[in-house]
Amino acid sequence: MRIALFITCVNDTLFPGTGKAVVRLLERLGHEVVFPAAQTCCGQMHYNTGYRRDAQRLAVRFVETFADYDVILAPSGSCAAMVRDNYPRIGAPGSRLDTAATAVAPRVLDLSELLVDVLGVTDVGAYFPHRVTYHPTCHGLRMLGLGDRPTRLLRAVRGLELVELEGAEECCGFGGTFAMKNEAVSAAMGSDKARHVTATGAEVLCAVDNSCLMHVGGTLDRQRAGVRVMHLAEILASTEKEPAL
Amino acid sequence: MSGTFVGMPAFPEAASAATQNAQLRHNLRKATHTIRGKRAAVVSELDDWAELRAAGKAIKDRTLRHLDVYLEQLEEAVTAAGGHVHWAADAAEANAIVTRLVRATGETEVVKVKSMATQEIELNEALAEAGITAYETDLAELIVQLGEDRPSHILVPAIHRNRAEIREIFNRTMAEWGVPAPANLSDEPRALAEAARVHLRDKFLNAKVAVSGANFAVAETGTLVVLESEGNGRMCLTLPETLISVVGIEKLVPTWQDLEVFMQLLPRSSTGERMNPYTSTWTGSTPGDGPGDFHLVLLDNGRTDVLADEVGRQSLRCIRCSACLNICPVYERAGGHAYGSVYPGPIGAILTPQLRGTSSELDASLPYASSLCGACYEVCPVAIDIPEVLVHLRGKVVEGKGTTVERVAMGAAGWVLGDEKRLGLAQRAAGKARGLVPKRHLPGPGAAWTDTRDIPDIPEESFRDWWAGRGRGQQR
Repeated sequence: MRIALFITCVNDTLFPGTGKAVVRLLERLGHEVVFPAAQTCCGQMHYNTGYRRDAQRLAVRFVETFADYDVILAPSGSCAAMVRDNYPRIGAPGSRLDTAATAVAPRVLDLSELLVDVLGVTDVGAYFPHRVTYHPTCHGLRMLGLGDRPTRLLRAVRGLELVELEGAEECCGFGGTFAMKNEAVSAAMGSDKARHVTATGAEVLCAVDNSCLMHVGGTLDRQRAGVRVMHLAEILASTEKEPAL
Repeated sequence: MSGTFVGMPAFPEAASAATQNAQLRHNLRKATHTIRGKRAAVVSELDDWAELRAAGKAIKDRTLRHLDVYLEQLEEAVTAAGGHVHWAADAAEANAIVTRLVRATGETEVVKVKSMATQEIELNEALAEAGITAYETDLAELIVQLGEDRPSHILVPAIHRNRAEIREIFNRTMAEWGVPAPANLSDEPRALAEAARVHLRDKFLNAKVAVSGANFAVAETGTLVVLESEGNGRMCLTLPETLISVVGIEKLVPTWQDLEVFMQLLPRSSTGERMNPYTSTWTGSTPGDGPGDFHLVLLDNGRTDVLADEVGRQSLRCIRCSACLNICPVYERAGGHAYGSVYPGPIGAILTPQLRGTSSELDASLPYASSLCGACYEVCPVAIDIPEVLVHLRGKVVEGKGTTVERVAMGAAGWVLGDEKRLGLAQRAAGKARGLVPKRHLPGPGAAWTDTRDIPDIPEESFRDWWAGRGRGQQR
């Protein structure tokens, strides 16, 4: 299958390893990945902070760039949710943006949805002999409704021991600009999340959103907790021949 | 601490102070997690919760669409049943009406059933200025009143207090207000409740005037409904000679059949009970049975402005259950006082800026008092999309502020992100400067991140450059 990759601006700039892992994984499964070069950002930060017009301009670019693709992968729960949930209400009702954004929205998928629902695979042939815990990030959990798709994928990874995270469904405190505007509450939420992560004894905290992982990971690093954070794609791309760790 | 919220700092400052208060953090964590668990258990018992929730939403939306019709129907029914209806456009009008009505009785004391509407208009303070003392009779409201404190939760106004603190407040203040606390009062819940019972019994038996709110007003019969747990409401609503009820205009339901839906949604969402202990209903006045003189004050106080906003109007569906407060990770750590309003938590963050506007720094900060995690929307029994309204209100705050540092920064970010070549240049510049970026001490506004968190390593090469290189056959 031909899959258009919307890498997202955060992954593109700060976490290219996630994108490389996505490409390696999907090509290993026999699919073609294309990267429309005109892509930039879905506009989530602007939209969620109240800068709707800036977000609309970025949405125009997104829908033009991805108009011709049937399956669009966004390896970030919150960016996928931005397009799926918010694009249908981002343009003025009846406007060209409204029509185009509403049309493209349902074609945007998170990695776990693409694998489980579209490609029909839970065992991707990965090998990752480590103790892992999974944080279901808020937009993946509540806006996309990913359910147990990510953990089904993880459970099928050879060698991987998946351990339960206490308070898993509670927000890590990132929240985009919230992390800066309400630094103290954000840090308090992050410290509770980090405490629950370290209590699992896991070596790796996994999620489908690098923004949240940047927050929890940054908190864990500050505490010198010795826990690594990894995007789901990086674990699923890992094999005996090409181990991620 | 005073009884009102005037002069509060913006949310981030107040919340920051609250995060440092270990006792408050402990009290709130324990209380919210307990009630959260109870709610989840009783909601999961019902197979048709999703349908009930959809029905609650639909009934409230229909009522709000035809609010004018139902309000007039209510007025007619209440009047026909021997009650008197008063219309108050704002807090000042409502307070003036209630003050006038109490004065007409010649009394200088009133007992009160817990009511958000009267807190919203600061009725107790207005009555005090007129020389009338209002006694709160809900246990938690009593604790707040005796402690000269502010409520921090819609349902459990003293949620920020633990039992040792309550014992101290009772010992210190009860004697000034009436029947003193018993000697050797312990901090056992039963002993504290008994002390409050004895203290309040004296108020109930002597009160000639009561003030209440209402959870619902049934338009077809003009019936008001109060749900409560302690029986203090039943006392206030039946013993005095005069009853004055201050009710927001959004509290209407058209029929008793509609009420049935909310009688299931509210107790399970608020106290986590299948059914609340006391439900009182009354229609006008009945000779020889309960208060002979009944007044209904219908309060607007900004509600019609909320109704005029297509996105914001869903906030008026709120039935004040507090499920959103109890689930909210921000509320749990910031506490209710940081929201600077009688409506704290997620619902307060959308209701207060709509009722009061966003001209103050505090009110403008409220729409940002959320990580947009969506847990509030998930538990809301009338499906208020709180994150949607928060984002909508953030847009209004941004529009109202004109040019700010943030506006300029957002504009610059939008410009860079608006074109793949500009983004590529910025990424390459960042890659080159990566060695110069301090992981733990970003300068300027970046310190808001690195005060508590490391930043990730900046990669040498962006994904798009890696992809381009791969296309040229330089597979890495």
